[in-house]
Amino acid sequence: MTKKQKIMVFRLAASAVFFIAAVLLEGKSYYAWILFLLAYGAAGYDIPVKACRNIATGQVFDENFLMTIATFGAIIVGSLEEAVAVMLFYQVGELFSDYAVNKSRKSIQELMDINPEYANLLRDGAEERVEPYEVELGDRILIRPGEKVPLDGVVIKGNSSLDTKALTGESMPTEVEAGSRVVSGSINLSGVLEVETTSLFDDSTVAKILELVENASSRKAKAETFITRFARVYTPIVVVLALALAIFPPLFQGGGWGTWIYRACSFLVVSCPCALVISVPLSFFGGLGAASRNGILLKGSNYLEAVANLDTVVFDKTGTLTTGRFQVTDVAPTHGDREALLELAALLEHHSNHPIALSVKEAYGKAVDVERIGQVEEISGYGIHGQVRIGKDWHELYIGNRKLMERQQIKVDTPSEIVGTTLYLADGREYLGAVVISDAVRSDVPEALGGLRSQGVKKLVMLTGDKEEVGRAVGERLGLDLVYGNLLPGDKVFWVEELLKKKPFGKTLAFVGDGINDAPVLARADIGIAMGGIGSDAAVEAADVVIMEDEPSKIVDTIQIARKTMGIVRQNIIFAIGVKVLVLVLVAFGYASMWAAVFGDVGVSVLAVINAMRALTYKKMPSREQ
Amino acid sequence: MKKIIKLEGLCCANCAAKIEEGVRKTGGVKEVSLSFMTQRLTIEAEDGREEEVVEAARRIARKIEPEAGFKVLR
Repeated sequence: MTKKQKIMVFRLAASAVFFIAAVLLEGKSYYAWILFLLAYGAAGYDIPVKACRNIATGQVFDENFLMTIATFGAIIVGSLEEAVAVMLFYQVGELFSDYAVNKSRKSIQELMDINPEYANLLRDGAEERVEPYEVELGDRILIRPGEKVPLDGVVIKGNSSLDTKALTGESMPTEVEAGSRVVSGSINLSGVLEVETTSLFDDSTVAKILELVENASSRKAKAETFITRFARVYTPIVVVLALALAIFPPLFQGGGWGTWIYRACSFLVVSCPCALVISVPLSFFGGLGAASRNGILLKGSNYLEAVANLDTVVFDKTGTLTTGRFQVTDVAPTHGDREALLELAALLEHHSNHPIALSVKEAYGKAVDVERIGQVEEISGYGIHGQVRIGKDWHELYIGNRKLMERQQIKVDTPSEIVGTTLYLADGREYLGAVVISDAVRSDVPEALGGLRSQGVKKLVMLTGDKEEVGRAVGERLGLDLVYGNLLPGDKVFWVEELLKKKPFGKTLAFVGDGINDAPVLARADIGIAMGGIGSDAAVEAADVVIMEDEPSKIVDTIQIARKTMGIVRQNIIFAIGVKVLVLVLVAFGYASMWAAVFGDVGVSVLAVINAMRALTYKKMPSREQ
Repeated sequence: MKKIIKLEGLCCANCAAKIEEGVRKTGGVKEVSLSFMTQRLTIEAEDGREEEVVEAARRIARKIEPEAGFKVLR
């Protein structure tokens, strides 16, 4: 609690004591009114003061003014007890929502507590503690266990594991060694690292993220603008109604001025729009916080609103749905086991540095016995011919494309794959099998697509610069609705525009890319989602939503967070307006007292704030794969 | 030019909305957004009128929420 809040608690406690004493004494002693006044003063002496000051600066209709008129009015018509109670509860409610707001502000700050305070700069062998922005490009810095990585860089010396949870939502630490890239904002867990910086502080990942998060709430959702607009007309209308209620019924029906003034005062209590105005931005703020805790950064609450209405999701292929790296995706021996075939391939490709050879070696994963490799010749455009020892005998092996097999008159019975490259292996004239190398689909893509479908996304589309057949094959395997291939970056914009025209009214379209070369499309879509935000400035810049790691399934999480937040926002708006209108009606017809009016104001505020804070928590649904 | 101002201790959401509205009506302001939650007032001012706009915003903020601080971040 802040100091201001502590003082308030003390004042309210004192007020409550006076109030209880006054209620007990009422009727027994004539002087009870003194205690009531003391209770009123302790709880809210500053309200009339503020009201006067604000009127002096030309602002009527603020909550201080309304509370002052309402309570003074109640006192005048003889409802002293209620006037004090109203003031007391009003202040309790204010204190509570103040506390709640501060708490959620703090929890977001803690969440985004990735800002490094210092860097250990190495200068001529000596170490010096400096501000991160003093470090220049290419300087060496030292990072000890427990310290935050202050700037992006490359490890020169040392091994360690890094905690990137605050950046990516990923709880598994990442292992780093000499040559690895480190990202600012992550926390060094185990070993001392010497790092050469590759960015200035202002350009570092951590500075970019902080900038984005802090600016996030400046782009407001429609619901937020609606509620502030509503509040602007709501208060004057209720005040005018209150005035009418105080004057006309007694004038035309005669008598009972006190009753109608009392009802009018109750109106004024309900007329404060704070419950509405506070709960909506608080909910959105909570939603943005929950998202960033999961490694999803949104550039504004308007995007939460948009994501909740997703209808079409357009994916870029390479680097988004697929890893963008060539990997062995299939090993198909005619007989024997896959491992043996892969070993032969690795032996033949051992001396080659071709990307395909590298993928084969990576897939085999073990060191090969160099003794088993004899003469090897590369047949340009075909593949490799080499001698490999199997058991005790040397065999003449061939590995390469279909043309190589045809040249050697080897009969191949594996159908060729459309996607990627197929390597065929033969021992002399005997065909051994094939190894398929292709751009692998990311492991969580099926889960992501299934999740999107179950969240009500109608159309899943893939755009690719790759060959149409390749795109088709990938699209079919993944169960996408539409695939467009052979596209240049400009064509992608065209197709996204076409799809934008076709989507139903009120629904939105998202484009998901890796942020490289697709800035125009990211900008054109209702929601541009960039993956792999870590270390990619372009992505952070161009997109509306940044997913920190290469996990398409996070889009599903984003939808769920957005839907939950929008649900809370809707509940709060309906609840607050509903209760207020209900209370107004009941009060006007004399079915409710000023107590109900107090509930209509602070009670609603408090409940709406508590509800809003639910937006901060998000639990990942159990795996959708099974 | 974009100006970012921190209103430390801003405690009334409705006042925030009023400050935002007030600044929006000030001459030389292209865009304005006040986030109640982050207590940040972001003003996109016309070039050359930044100082004037910030001063106007300071007056408006002081009038509506005298308790809140007013710190120009950049």
